[in-house]
Amino acid sequence: MHKNTIAEVCQNLANGDYSSKELCQHLLERISRFNQSHNAFIEVSADAALSSAEAADQLRAKGANAPLLGVPIAHKDIFCTEGIRTSCGSRMLENFVPPYNATVVEKFNAAGTICLGKTNMDEFAMGSSNENSYFGSVANPWDTDRVPGGSSGGSAAAVAARLVPATTGTDTGGSIRQPAAFCGITGIKPTYGRVSRYGMIAFASSLDQGGPMATTAEDCALLLEAMSGFDERDSTCIDRPVERYIDAIDQSLNGLKVGLPREYFSAELSAPIAAALQQAIEALQKLGATFVDIDLKNQSLAVPAYYVVAPAECSSNLSRFDGVRYGHRCESPVDLEDLYKRSRAEGFGREVKRRILIGTYALSAGYYDAYYIKAQKVRNLISQDFARAFEQVDVILGPTTPTTAFKHGENSDDPVAMYLNDIFTIPANLAGLPALSAPCGFVEGLPVGLQLVGNYFDEGRLLNIAHQYQQVTDWHRQIPAGVE
Amino acid sequence: MQWETVIGLEIHAQLATKSKIFSASSTDFGAEPNTQANAVDLGMPGVLPVLNREAVHMAIKFALATDAEIGKRSVFARKNYFYPDLPKGYQISQMSLPIVGKGAVEVTLDDGTTKTIGLTRAHLEEDAGKSVHDAYHGQTGVDLNRAGTPLLEIVSEPDMRSAKEAVAYARKIHSIVRYIDICDGNMQEGSFRCDANVSVRMAGDDKLGTRAEIKNVNSFRFLERAINFEVERQIDIIEGGGEVVQETRLYDADNDETRSMRSKEEANDYRYFPDPDLLPVEVEQSLIDELQKTLPELPETRKARFVDELKLPEYDASVLTADKATADFFEATIAASGATPKLASTWVTGELFSRLNKAGLELTGSPVNAERFSGLLARIQDNTISGKIGKQILDQMWDSTASADEIIEKEGLKQISDSSEIEKMIDDVIEANPSQLEEYRAGKEKLLAFFVGQVMKASRGKANPAQLNEMLRKKLKG
Repeated sequence: MHKNTIAEVCQNLANGDYSSKELCQHLLERISRFNQSHNAFIEVSADAALSSAEAADQLRAKGANAPLLGVPIAHKDIFCTEGIRTSCGSRMLENFVPPYNATVVEKFNAAGTICLGKTNMDEFAMGSSNENSYFGSVANPWDTDRVPGGSSGGSAAAVAARLVPATTGTDTGGSIRQPAAFCGITGIKPTYGRVSRYGMIAFASSLDQGGPMATTAEDCALLLEAMSGFDERDSTCIDRPVERYIDAIDQSLNGLKVGLPREYFSAELSAPIAAALQQAIEALQKLGATFVDIDLKNQSLAVPAYYVVAPAECSSNLSRFDGVRYGHRCESPVDLEDLYKRSRAEGFGREVKRRILIGTYALSAGYYDAYYIKAQKVRNLISQDFARAFEQVDVILGPTTPTTAFKHGENSDDPVAMYLNDIFTIPANLAGLPALSAPCGFVEGLPVGLQLVGNYFDEGRLLNIAHQYQQVTDWHRQIPAGVE
Repeated sequence: MQWETVIGLEIHAQLATKSKIFSASSTDFGAEPNTQANAVDLGMPGVLPVLNREAVHMAIKFALATDAEIGKRSVFARKNYFYPDLPKGYQISQMSLPIVGKGAVEVTLDDGTTKTIGLTRAHLEEDAGKSVHDAYHGQTGVDLNRAGTPLLEIVSEPDMRSAKEAVAYARKIHSIVRYIDICDGNMQEGSFRCDANVSVRMAGDDKLGTRAEIKNVNSFRFLERAINFEVERQIDIIEGGGEVVQETRLYDADNDETRSMRSKEEANDYRYFPDPDLLPVEVEQSLIDELQKTLPELPETRKARFVDELKLPEYDASVLTADKATADFFEATIAASGATPKLASTWVTGELFSRLNKAGLELTGSPVNAERFSGLLARIQDNTISGKIGKQILDQMWDSTASADEIIEKEGLKQISDSSEIEKMIDDVIEANPSQLEEYRAGKEKLLAFFVGQVMKASRGKANPAQLNEMLRKKLKG
């Protein structure tokens, strides 16, 4: 039953093929079997999950019909969960138990899901390999010597290893899509403002967006519908009705116009990945899609602009972690400055400190215009590139990542090489556009992801294309050896 | 040497919203520490600010009341610095695009002349919490009840040239925010705080001198004293061959001096940038029109009406309209008592104010409310009692809940206006003082006062003074 998709779980629970409690028990056993080696979970809430599952089974017996009643999922440890430790992958919040739920968590609770635990992640969502977690790195289920990607590495690995059928993730510069690609699963970053950020610990507020990670596009459709919607507690959340994504995915792709950015099929892209993408293009052509080459000419500026905007916002967002009210506090501070300095020096890891310093510098008097303002201008240019492209095409297709999963430690000493991993994913965050990654093949046994970028609020179309593609391919059905 | 003082004020007016500017917590003053701080006020991880529209409305009302530009699109920005009572490590404020732009107010100076003071801008921001240094030995407590309270920071142009002008301006802003009901103006509780930027220069110089910013001034009296002290200090430095340093200074009311708090070098680089958690505030003309309709009559207009329609002298009108509560009290009094405006004005600004001053009370805390005060004025107006008796009655009303009529009745204080009764008392007094009568008739007219006093004494103060005077003059002439 661990191989079931969310759609199948819903069906099987409804049919009474197994109970939610049986399913959760089975998955919890798998988690305890594999977590030692894979480290996908920071926190496993077995007791709470089992009692919630039992309650869900009872509700079902009484005729309750919440859409995801009794369906097990896991939340990235960036989403605040009332009464359950929420660390954000940091020593700073090692003992932080929030007294409130994130809106996303509340929405899933209302939809009936069971939370099995909290998944591992790069500290404060800063990283592309999950190696920046205070709770240790995560093994890629396809090759445990390799990273699962990041920052939602635990969420991706947990789904790929079939420890849980779906997870939540967040994506600031590719943190849902890149690990989804590395682990051979499907994930979508919605339009900025589609999913509430309330209770989702902020990295870069103008870029952060929560989204689902699962094995199929159909599952992502079910989950995205449950987690989307207006939230008056988040001023950047957009008041717009939520689409029935599950109805959108069955459309034909006949007449679909797909843009292929020349900049994405460039030297940075490895040849085998290009080949996998070519096969996907052919499959989509058979489904009725037509392809045109397009230009996104400012794409090369995306990574530098991102590494000004995101650190700038993070340097301010992380100021609240000062050891005064909650979180890590150093032993016996001698005065206020000592309290600040040591609490933060001890509580934050290297990459987080690096980005706080970059961001503080970028916002400093005398540098603000040269860095922050210029980066915002670049951001506008990138949005305009996309706007022009969407006058021509319905959707943009390209690779999710330039390479497949790399080895642990491979990029650890070179932050810029690490940052370039997100070269294809960052532009959608800067523009606030929805983007999805779905598996499209393997290179030397490692999954390859294709990325679809859509116009604002075009999540339904992205899920539709991925779902139709998944009807004629079975990359998403592959399961890593060793966890079957 | 001729020195010129240049002063600009930054006034923080706490907006009288029910809840905080970015959270639903109450803004009430005086609650137990940290009982009015929710997850947003505490800056918990993942929580987000949501703008209180009421605070925006109040800022727009202020703009309308000061003839200021309204920022059709204003942006909240983060001011980053670390402090224990600043929970997020940044204060949400406004920087390059404030909600209120350039405006002006007219102030009346002591000599009766008026002066226009420019407003540079006014912006919305959240207040910080409070650090409590004396409650725990060797440790600091943090109370976040105040964190997130909405403030309107009102920045003036450096248009003031003396401490008195600065006080007149501060009082004017105080009067406006209370008139339009956006701030309770309570300076003791910190609802209305003034920071003064003070510099001096040679008269006729175009260039401004180096300024010091004085903080922590919580009364108009202290504002005047702090500025005067600071001006003297700066002149002394320059005349002694020194240079004024740009710094922030705290006013110490106990010692009546300002003390250095931090220099420019120690000042923070606040790293302002637009807050990505909040959308720009777009103000529609329809909202402005709607708020315009809710504005009450403002001090200037009311003063003009008091002069034109109530025929009050400029000075009276100015004093009566400086504070909305006073003007309301005054108008309620004339409506209910039928007293002439001039009589009511004399009694409000004279007898009532002097008693309030002596008792250290605000009008709102007056033991005699408008209704009881009107009862007293009505009896003076209809000549039931004289003004002198009125003062005695007001004293008695101050310490009791009795009405003027009850006191008049009980004490038998009704004025004697019956001419035969007064005539009899006059005759008695004249008869008892033949030598004075002779002197008076010989030309010592000063003795009229003696006779008035004697008759008044005989009537126990109740004789109608006007009547008494007229009749006495006749009788004395013989």
